[in-house]
Amino acid sequence: MLIAPIEPRTSAGQTVASDAPTFSGNRGLAVEEPLIFEIGRTDTTGVDLEEPAPVTPRLGKLERTTPIGLPGLSEPQTMRHYVRLSQRNYGIDTGIFPLGSCTMKHNPRLNERMARLPGFGDIHPLQPLSTVPGAVALIAELSRWLSELTGMPAIAMTPKAGAHGELTGLMAIKAALESRGEKRSVVLVPESAHGTNPATAALLGYRVEAVPARADGTVDVAEIRKRLSPDVAALMLTNPNTCGLFERDVVAIAEAVHAAGAYFYADGANFNAIVGKVRPGDLGVDAMHINLHKTFSTPHGGGGPGAGPVALCAALAPFMPVPYVKVSDPAGLTPLRYVEHASPPSPRATPASPQAPSASGERGSGRSFGRMCAFHGQMGMFVRALAYMLSHGADGLAQASEDAVLGANYIRASLSDLMSPAFGDRSCMHEALFDDRWLEGTGLTTLDFAKAMIDEGFHPMTVYFPLVVHGAMLIEPTESESKQSLDHFIASLRSLADAAKSGDTSRFKEAPRFAPRRRLDETKAAREPRLRWCQTLRV
Amino acid sequence: MRYLPLTDADRKAMLAKIGVTDIDVLFADIPLDKRLDGRLALPKTKGELEVERELTRLAAHNVPAGSVPFFVGAGAYRHHVPATVDHLIQRSEFLTSYTPYQPEIAQGTLQYLFEFQTQVAALTAMEVANASMYDGSTATAEAVLMAMRITRRNRAVLAGNLHPHYRETVETLGRMSGHDIVSLPPAPHGKEDLAAQIGGDVACVVVQTPDFYGHLHDLTALAEKAHAAGALVIAVFTEAVSLGLVQPPGAMGADIVAGEGQSIGNALSFGGPYVGLLATRQKYVRQMPGRLCGETVDLDGRRGFVLTLSAREQHIRREKATSNICTNSGLCALAFTIHMTLLGETGLRRLARINHANAVQLADRLAKVPGVEVLNETFFNELTIRVPGDAAGVIEKLAAKGVLGGVPVSRLEPDRPELADLIVVASTEVNTDGDRAAYERALREVL
Repeated sequence: MLIAPIEPRTSAGQTVASDAPTFSGNRGLAVEEPLIFEIGRTDTTGVDLEEPAPVTPRLGKLERTTPIGLPGLSEPQTMRHYVRLSQRNYGIDTGIFPLGSCTMKHNPRLNERMARLPGFGDIHPLQPLSTVPGAVALIAELSRWLSELTGMPAIAMTPKAGAHGELTGLMAIKAALESRGEKRSVVLVPESAHGTNPATAALLGYRVEAVPARADGTVDVAEIRKRLSPDVAALMLTNPNTCGLFERDVVAIAEAVHAAGAYFYADGANFNAIVGKVRPGDLGVDAMHINLHKTFSTPHGGGGPGAGPVALCAALAPFMPVPYVKVSDPAGLTPLRYVEHASPPSPRATPASPQAPSASGERGSGRSFGRMCAFHGQMGMFVRALAYMLSHGADGLAQASEDAVLGANYIRASLSDLMSPAFGDRSCMHEALFDDRWLEGTGLTTLDFAKAMIDEGFHPMTVYFPLVVHGAMLIEPTESESKQSLDHFIASLRSLADAAKSGDTSRFKEAPRFAPRRRLDETKAAREPRLRWCQTLRV
Repeated sequence: MRYLPLTDADRKAMLAKIGVTDIDVLFADIPLDKRLDGRLALPKTKGELEVERELTRLAAHNVPAGSVPFFVGAGAYRHHVPATVDHLIQRSEFLTSYTPYQPEIAQGTLQYLFEFQTQVAALTAMEVANASMYDGSTATAEAVLMAMRITRRNRAVLAGNLHPHYRETVETLGRMSGHDIVSLPPAPHGKEDLAAQIGGDVACVVVQTPDFYGHLHDLTALAEKAHAAGALVIAVFTEAVSLGLVQPPGAMGADIVAGEGQSIGNALSFGGPYVGLLATRQKYVRQMPGRLCGETVDLDGRRGFVLTLSAREQHIRREKATSNICTNSGLCALAFTIHMTLLGETGLRRLARINHANAVQLADRLAKVPGVEVLNETFFNELTIRVPGDAAGVIEKLAAKGVLGGVPVSRLEPDRPELADLIVVASTEVNTDGDRAAYERALREVL
């Protein structure tokens, strides 16, 4: 998912033979595009708006009188500008996107169409609940699916992304501990965890204690037992872990955590490997976020938006943030009750007339720990995720997990003679992890190899993560790849590996040569930050 | 299943290459007694037509904003989004790309983020903006933590007229992370003495303008007092279009600006996904949360863009990061940027003037209805009215007459009976004079 900063190369690169200059700087279909600030004008607009009605302004003395500095473009210019920018990006629709721990799977366009139905896309979060029963029902239906797939009774739907879900889960744990009068101060996090895990724990004031990995890439229950104490609030564990391995001692780990009075938080980033195969709740997980943008196909959109609903066990459910749907009947046949307020009705609050439950949300029991964000969460993502789940069905979801695991193992098996699998011949889950031992003596790094993949037309795998493996290359093909696509990918990587071993280093050190840009100077970007365009605009 | 390209023959061949006979061997690490083996209480695979039918049926139970005279705001606004915006954000290369960690093949994303950062900085009159947060409420909460890091103080004062959901979001994060959050009571008439709350232990004052009730505020004097006491001013807005007409926070001394960008380029979508805007002074940039895009050059000396100053972020710093945030709101930021590019300064100013003019006309109409009082002296496109009796009931009766007439304050402040007769009403460019007439007529009938 995440990549260590690139070691920059500041020396000028050699000119590639095919790199004869053109007048425009363009290369056929690869068109250079300036910034809007260099081509737009503040007096140009691409929208036709009527003249406002003459009124006496009610702005006090607060009218904005100085120039803002926003260039405009006509509609055709705008279209061309952003189409050209789009052509400088690699997406899932371009080719295989084997970014480990990111689950870059096909994004069905049916999802987009459904999210744009006026009944979903054009409804306001605060219009009367009586005018949006279908929205509440959709949230309830998605919760039901997530609940069934995780084996956990309650879903906090509002978190905006995975890390926000982690925060939600740990808050629920903190609130539950406080409700039993306990103030625990430590959260255990394996070394291989995503950076968001320790960052989330630290944000809530917990001291993070790292748990080392065994030589085989998994967590040793003995190492966890050693660290468990009455001061430990939770263990945060990713399963399958970031090495692409299922933590086979997970049940024993859960029992140990529970025996110490702590909670078991699972990072659901890798849920795609096990959907329909096993339920985290059945393994003893107390809380787990689900990245709808990974497992359930909502688009990554160049970095977001995501959605990170959190599944909670029965002990944590009462603490979940508002708003939430209260489903008393698992079949969802009874009228849905929507709880929007954490606090129970207070004696001093007696409105002029009793609130009609249909007009606005109900009040909770008072145990909810609060609110994660305005409104109801990422509704647009809920619609997309549900469209995906309905399309797959339970059988299709299990098949998708199997295919994802199959694809990763196929890649592992097909490359293990040339590259070095991090954990030998052991089979993996949905992602195959290699280290950089196989590059020893070539003078090349993982980064060089990744950049050479760009020249071959691939998005690189995740590199230098997890941190516990030297020069890590984490490959997650997902279930969206055909066998032809996998075979082509494998053949290309084998050819690159051969080239690396045969001393063809310039091909790697100069890479990428055929991308819209060659390697970028990240040191310069950090040392002399230029975070906005700041010259004089054309007016 | 149409999303799965592998055939059974493919699967067999792949298993053979791996050297196992059965897919279950690959799941051997999962405890046998915990495996599901297909016993889920969920339906089976459905075709596209069936799914479309099912979801369309569900959607039909909702009343779309565009189907009625619509005056609901309070943190999310219905504006006209040009067709170009929705087309462009669905370009595969934008929609299906990842966070630009491989900048050589993500210059499209990086360049629009650079444009976005520049636009947000200009709009707010601040020096730098980041590449977006989840939404306005979480941006506000992050701004508070940022101010605490900068000042090394532990107390934040929230204006009473901060959006109640934003207040609850900040209070929740503050309480859970051990910070002291002081929330002032709502002041629906718009008069608050925030300066009186600033002591030597205050990290920041959080103030919204236009505020939840629609009032505009000059922050200049507050900022002077805060700065004299070593505190920062965090300015919040929920309606980005207002900055086309109203004095920006950066010109009034704000140190951090946190806002909601939904109303430029993004659909209502029942509250999300939206796009959080966060801007500040250059000197505070290293305490900022979230991604930042910066300009640099490639090996051939050509201009290019990268994510930068990542030593602030969780993937590098882990527990020492400025925030746990990873995902941003990239695609919504793109929608914002494209819409803003279409508008340009000229279009934005005009759009803002239309919004204001529509709200003024609405205020004048509603003020004529017997029993209705407009509370605002100043406003942009949103204002608060007092009605006789229970506002939630009035809104419900208006809805029954086919008018979505605003947000009863009790929906968000159920513990304050003194606010139970207030309605927050918004009017944007989408409202016609006919809509306003329909509202006035319906309101006369239900009161």
